[in-house]
Amino acid sequence: MATAENAPHGSEARGCFAPFHAAADWLADLGHLVIVWFTALGDLALFTLRTLRWLFSRLPRRETLIPAFYQIGVLSLPVVALTGTFIGMVLAVQSYAQFRMMGLETRLGAVINMALVRELGPVLAATMLAGRIGSAMAAELGTMRVTEQIDALASMGTNPIHYLVVPRFLACIVLIPTLTIMADFMGVVGGAFYSITLLDVDYYHYWVHSKNFVNNFDLFIGVFKSLFFGAAIGLIACHRGFNCDPGAEGVGRAATRAFVFSFVTILLLDLFLGILLDTVNNYLWPQQARVV
Amino acid sequence: MSRNDHQEARAAGRPVQGEASANQPLIQVDGLHVQFGRQHVLRNISLSVPRGQTLAIIGESGCGKTVLLKSIIGLVRPTSGKVYFDGNDLSQLSDKELTRQRIRFGYVFQNAALFDSLTVAQNIAFPLRQHFNYTDAEIREIVRDRLEEVGLSEVIVAKKPAELSGGMRKRVGLARALAMNPEVLLYDEPTTGLDPIMTDVINQLIIRTRDHKHVTSIVVTHNMETIRKVPDRVVMLYPLARLGSDEPQILFDGSPEAIFECRDKRVSQFVRGEARERLMEMLANSRRRSGESATTAAN
Repeated sequence: MATAENAPHGSEARGCFAPFHAAADWLADLGHLVIVWFTALGDLALFTLRTLRWLFSRLPRRETLIPAFYQIGVLSLPVVALTGTFIGMVLAVQSYAQFRMMGLETRLGAVINMALVRELGPVLAATMLAGRIGSAMAAELGTMRVTEQIDALASMGTNPIHYLVVPRFLACIVLIPTLTIMADFMGVVGGAFYSITLLDVDYYHYWVHSKNFVNNFDLFIGVFKSLFFGAAIGLIACHRGFNCDPGAEGVGRAATRAFVFSFVTILLLDLFLGILLDTVNNYLWPQQARVV
Repeated sequence: MSRNDHQEARAAGRPVQGEASANQPLIQVDGLHVQFGRQHVLRNISLSVPRGQTLAIIGESGCGKTVLLKSIIGLVRPTSGKVYFDGNDLSQLSDKELTRQRIRFGYVFQNAALFDSLTVAQNIAFPLRQHFNYTDAEIREIVRDRLEEVGLSEVIVAKKPAELSGGMRKRVGLARALAMNPEVLLYDEPTTGLDPIMTDVINQLIIRTRDHKHVTSIVVTHNMETIRKVPDRVVMLYPLARLGSDEPQILFDGSPEAIFECRDKRVSQFVRGEARERLMEMLANSRRRSGESATTAAN
């Protein structure tokens, strides 16, 4: 029991152990953070499993699919086309000077198109869509959570994951690769337009080098990656919306987190899928790997 | 047995196929405990609701009334304890089976929870389109009937929920809950935020629905007028934060007349709306907190 006599000893003891207490607090905070992260990851994994189970057990109705496809696909077309076109043109602007110094400006098409279809097209289109679609979906579902509309769905015997998540997820995995192809195409057109029309690069050689350098597997790599990016955007955005905190602030936070988490996931997936697909490439075409 | 046969049997007071015997309570909550993170909301709640009864659940904000209501329909998973509906333990049901049980309920949400993107007609028709293959004409007829039952005209069917007043939204919420001809109606604060006239309209609608459709109703409310007029039985919950570890959370379970005579101070203060003791307690807490901060600053 603490008394007036032993209090100073207690203070001394506390002073002596202060660094340990601080370290213990720091460790406890870190532990809490790790637990929160693992819980969120586990929850996302379960959410993904439930979504896949509903996707394969019963397809969503047409009246839920069409608005999702319209919102995610049709309304994203202008912004994706614009992004693709400008990436192509900017690549031409940035690469031209270096290539010209070496007298290789006719190879510009090869570099621009390769960078576009393998990396920049899928990643930048997905980033743009994570901002446009991911945030919007998280905010919409978050508002539905806050205003008890998701509970209302469940109370009427409709599974909210089947009704709200599956159509959005399906639209993301079908349309984000399609939009990536659109971004690639517009980027190729934009790069070619800038190089041939404004930088005066020879038309014939520009396309011949592009055709020789970029093959179908490169195009496949970009589209394959975008399939995963689409799935990640759909799942993360819906999961954030479903787990939205109360109030306007909660909805705002859900929208921001949906974008940030999607963006980080896109970058991580890009790295790991890039390594995986390169390994596959080297396995399928070992001669090409040796030349490189 | 068709849906209409179910309705007729219920209206005649006969048990329908798949329903347990009339002696068995329709809803039974057994030792329910609900906890969110570290916060305990409900502790050892046990109550049973016989078929046809209208039960009011009252209590201070944050005492777990809505959580109890949501646990009854399976929207909140209990930390421990069981909720039985018509003899079925909700926690043991598959998703499909739970869905089948849920469509026997109608839930009127506090803020109506109408789908913003749908019109009034689409909101009311929503559960019908999800679970039945009615033609458009049949659905239009049901929507018109339900709107009529809650005293709304067909003029508003094309309006979006944002274009309606609070009272109209609540009535559309009730019309949607009635669309499936439920056996149980759950009302979450149906009169909150309404003027006295609209409050009485909603109270009368609850009574009329009970009398005409012979439904079992659970009404979560703070409104004393609703308690006087609507229920057969009242249960009062108390916030766990204000209770000792061995005190029961249900402070009162009895008739609406008896609650106004109840000698428990916490119950009588609530029904009379007397806040004097609570204010003094809040003041004392505030003083204690300022004293503590002053001591910390001095140290």
